[in-house]
Amino acid sequence: MTDISHLVELLTVLVLAIFVGFEVISKVPTTLHTPLMSATNAIHGIVLAGAIVIAASLFGSDVFAPALTVVAVAAVTLGAINVFGGFAVTERMLQMFKRKESGK
Amino acid sequence: MSIAIDLADLVAIALFIYGLHELNSPATARRGNRFAMVGMLIALVGIVIRTGGVGWPAVAIGVALGAVVGIYAAVKVKMTAMPQMVALYNGAGGGAAALISTVEYYVKSGGTIALDPIIAVSLVLSTIIGAISFAGSIIAFLKLQEVMTGRPVTYPGQQFVNAVIALGIIALALWVTISLGVLPAWSYLVLLAVAMVLGVLFVLPIGGADMPVVISLLNSFTGVAVAITGFELDSPLLIICGALVGASGTILTVAMSRAMNRPLTNVLFGAFGAAGGTEVTSSGGPQQVRSTTADDVAVMLAYASKVIFVPGYGMAVAQAQHSVKALADQLEKHGVKVLYAIHPVAGRMPGHMNVLLAESNVPYNQLLDMEDANPEFPTSDVALVVGANDVTNPAARNVASSPIYGMPILDVDKSANVVVLKRSMRSGFAGIENPLYEMPNTSMLFGDAKASIDALTAAVKAL
Repeated sequence: MTDISHLVELLTVLVLAIFVGFEVISKVPTTLHTPLMSATNAIHGIVLAGAIVIAASLFGSDVFAPALTVVAVAAVTLGAINVFGGFAVTERMLQMFKRKESGK
Repeated sequence: MSIAIDLADLVAIALFIYGLHELNSPATARRGNRFAMVGMLIALVGIVIRTGGVGWPAVAIGVALGAVVGIYAAVKVKMTAMPQMVALYNGAGGGAAALISTVEYYVKSGGTIALDPIIAVSLVLSTIIGAISFAGSIIAFLKLQEVMTGRPVTYPGQQFVNAVIALGIIALALWVTISLGVLPAWSYLVLLAVAMVLGVLFVLPIGGADMPVVISLLNSFTGVAVAITGFELDSPLLIICGALVGASGTILTVAMSRAMNRPLTNVLFGAFGAAGGTEVTSSGGPQQVRSTTADDVAVMLAYASKVIFVPGYGMAVAQAQHSVKALADQLEKHGVKVLYAIHPVAGRMPGHMNVLLAESNVPYNQLLDMEDANPEFPTSDVALVVGANDVTNPAARNVASSPIYGMPILDVDKSANVVVLKRSMRSGFAGIENPLYEMPNTSMLFGDAKASIDALTAAVKAL
């Protein structure tokens, strides 16, 4: 990734995403801040995709590096905990916000 | 095929953003989470296809293991323990980012091959930030789970020690970057280890009451680490997701500090609530309070026209949310208007109380945030404080020497009557005396919050 213009492209993406993030998130009411925190927590579980790429590249390379491979698979596991746990907890929280008859 | 996969990333990103957008209303929030889940599925399937499924058995085992652990914990955890679960998952994500970068370093350089400068910078940053997030989240978990003390852990020279370690990390990071990774191979592990130590030391002095801010901040750290990992792996997907989370974590962190009217630096470095750290606790002697009984309170409640519940962490600890709802139902049968006033930092996470009360089927239109709740107090007959303390402390309004002076509070004291449910006269997390308890319109109902509420419900029923 020595290509500077490519770096600038990625930085552009980064900056735009930050703006989108601020716009979207600032509309979320306090009531939903806990599920929001939990949902964004699950979304950064996308790091699992990175872990899978790394693990696959190690398995695909000619050099056998057992220690690194173990660490990469550990990263996959951690990433998966983040994704699955994050979404499951969010889902559980939000289930409680199911529409219910107000008052009685 | 590769175009199809890139498009899959795009679809995933769109789903994440739309999903977050749907989180802006309780009515659509669940759908939003589902959208994000589908986005995640699409992105992950795309990645597996892109790698050609190389090494899939190990990857599958890793994913399966993580999925089982993550989902099992998510299903088993009590609603009151949600904050620490979020902290753990967040730590897992940060740890993953740090490990990915560490592996990348050893694959690409191993101490012998010079790295591309941009790669070197991204590796170092995502390792450090991910490791801090990982270790810090674990400490936050241990504190909230009460495995270790929730009080700030302080020792003389603490700030100095932390500063030295932080400088050490910067030096190591510069070394790796300037040498483009050509340095003794163990140095990178030292960097990883020292960053984790800093994560631990960073969270140790922060009190349990401030953990929501910390978890939110660490959440945004992990987002940043993931975005930087995206630069390493040349993945706009990771960059965008990381940036979204980084932005959201920052907003939440700032919103919470503002709700407590304390600068973020005070939350992080103030060791707030440390024993003996405050000066107003010395008003001398025990407070003079009026204690009351469940039967008296029941009468007061049943013949009120408007009652406002003010839940706090005590409600979460006592698991009293269902009892609260049962009492509210009884009162509504008596024609009492019931509202809930939720302070932005009540509990241990932003919106913690909302989640708990929603769990017990309280309609969300009865849940008022501070701005909407405060005008209701002067016209309410009873404010029933269930395990909240500092967020109701009128000292925040007028005692300039109070550590919480200036913090916006719920104007509970403006209510005609205030009933405080409390386990004992122990002070709140901030360790500050609450003059509310001595006010003439306040009475105290001592005991476990759940037991007290159940007693009230029974007494109201008997009327």
